[in-house]
Amino acid sequence: MHEMSLAEGVLQLVEDTARREGAKRVKLVVLEIGRLSSVQPEALTFCFDVVTRNSVAEGAALEIVDVPGAGWCMQCAATVPMAELYGSCPTCGSHQVQPTGGTEMRVREIEIE
Amino acid sequence: MCTVCGCGAGEVKIEGGAHAHAHVHADGTVHVHAHDHDHAHDHTHDSTAPAGAHAHTHTHADGSTHSHDHVHQGEHTHDHPHHHDHDHGHAAHGDLDYGSGPARAHVPGMSQSRMVQIEQDILSKNNAYATANRKWFDSRGIFALNLVSSPGSGKTTLLCKTIEALKATLAINVVEGDQQTANDAERIRATGVPALQINTGKGCHLDGHMVGHAMERLKPAEGSLFLIENVGNLVCPAAFDLGEHHKVAILSVTEGEDKPLKYPDMFAAADVMLLNKCDLLPYLQFDADLAEANARRVNPALKVIRVSATTGEGLAEWLDWIKAGVAVQQGKREATVDALQRRIVELEQQLAAR
Ligand SMILES: Nc1nc2c(ncn2[C@@H]2O[C@H](COP(=O)(O)OP(=O)(O)OP(=O)(O)O)[C@@H](O)[C@H]2O)c(=O)[nH]1
Ligand SMILES: [Mg+2]
Ligand SMILES: [Zn+2]
Repeated sequence: MHEMSLAEGVLQLVEDTARREGAKRVKLVVLEIGRLSSVQPEALTFCFDVVTRNSVAEGAALEIVDVPGAGWCMQCAATVPMAELYGSCPTCGSHQVQPTGGTEMRVREIEIE
Repeated sequence: MCTVCGCGAGEVKIEGGAHAHAHVHADGTVHVHAHDHDHAHDHTHDSTAPAGAHAHTHTHADGSTHSHDHVHQGEHTHDHPHHHDHDHGHAAHGDLDYGSGPARAHVPGMSQSRMVQIEQDILSKNNAYATANRKWFDSRGIFALNLVSSPGSGKTTLLCKTIEALKATLAINVVEGDQQTANDAERIRATGVPALQINTGKGCHLDGHMVGHAMERLKPAEGSLFLIENVGNLVCPAAFDLGEHHKVAILSVTEGEDKPLKYPDMFAAADVMLLNKCDLLPYLQFDADLAEANARRVNPALKVIRVSATTGEGLAEWLDWIKAGVAVQQGKREATVDALQRRIVELEQQLAAR
């Protein structure tokens, strides 16, 4: 979904930080993308390369840290692994599982010089 | 980047004129380019910019400002006032080297490079625009709705019917989002209310920044109804807050009962689902109860209203829901005004007592 917009969102945060830090260029961008976020890492990498052209982050490497899905099952009163958003609990099959991890789409850090 | 100016991948156009402007980038690069975009907001010219160039600052309705950051794709003139020290291969321009980037080493090398923490949500910029829009709506007692659905489920038809029923008693403004054409804005204007078309080009959804500009252009009245028809797409608009009070998902009976399960984000993000084209139910094998149950599986709190935009069936409940929302917003505004007036009286009394 909308990886191009997300790549633009990443670039905005990177450019803001690079400007504030007086960076001449950005060498690496580290993202955290949860497995429940419905973001495709390959598509995001592709879009990142496109949107960073002629920017301070041109040519920067993109590292995507994969965050596994987890949820709180009301029935089990426990944190359970989740393979998909709105999925069911792998232990009891209940649909009352609140996602607690794996929905993130964050810029963690960048390497600049 | 400023998606409204259409400098980036999205080729966004808001109905209006064209102009050219220049940007100074962080590295000193100056870009000059023209685009279709009528600036309805204030510009301040940055005196620190090199001669012949200016940096753009927008002032939004809520007083917050932001400057333009553009993604450039080589479609405009480049002027390099001072030397670049990029050490990457310029031969790579124009190539999409998917899969072949530099090594993914995480440890800074021997140069003066360093790691800087950011720790921010990728959508945080959009969310900031959306929050500003919502504050602006609230301060004026405006009720804003974001209509989302797959293409052709009947958003524009429903909007026209809604407007016809409410326009005598309520001021209404409409923002229409589509990749191409101004057809939908024209359909809305035919009902006699102001509408603004935003063409997102390749973009598959509206964002908070575009809607902020649309608000500035439309200048909705206090206590009015602000309707946003998003780009027909059951996936992407779910993630982009526009500053609306509610997302309204429209599902038409020709789309199948399983759509809420196949595209759950949209039905989870919505507060109301209109099940449209119910006039066609006699001709279809569509189980409306199953569709509702599927929608409630992803969103137990969802309010579902069965309607037909063409026959008007079920619309009364939808219109009542809108009127109730407008009344709440108008009440909020009056409460704010009352509080301010009380404060003024208090201050005047304090002054008089001196
Ligand atoms: N039978 C029937 N047809 C409807 C109803 N509502 C809309 N339509 C028809 O569905 C078609 C699409 O309607 P639109 O209102 O343009 O749909 P939309 O969601 O705005 O479409 P996009 O903006 O292109 O995504 C038109 O031919 C409408 O006449 C309804 O309640 N019943
Ligand atoms: Mg439409
Ligand atoms: Zn369980």
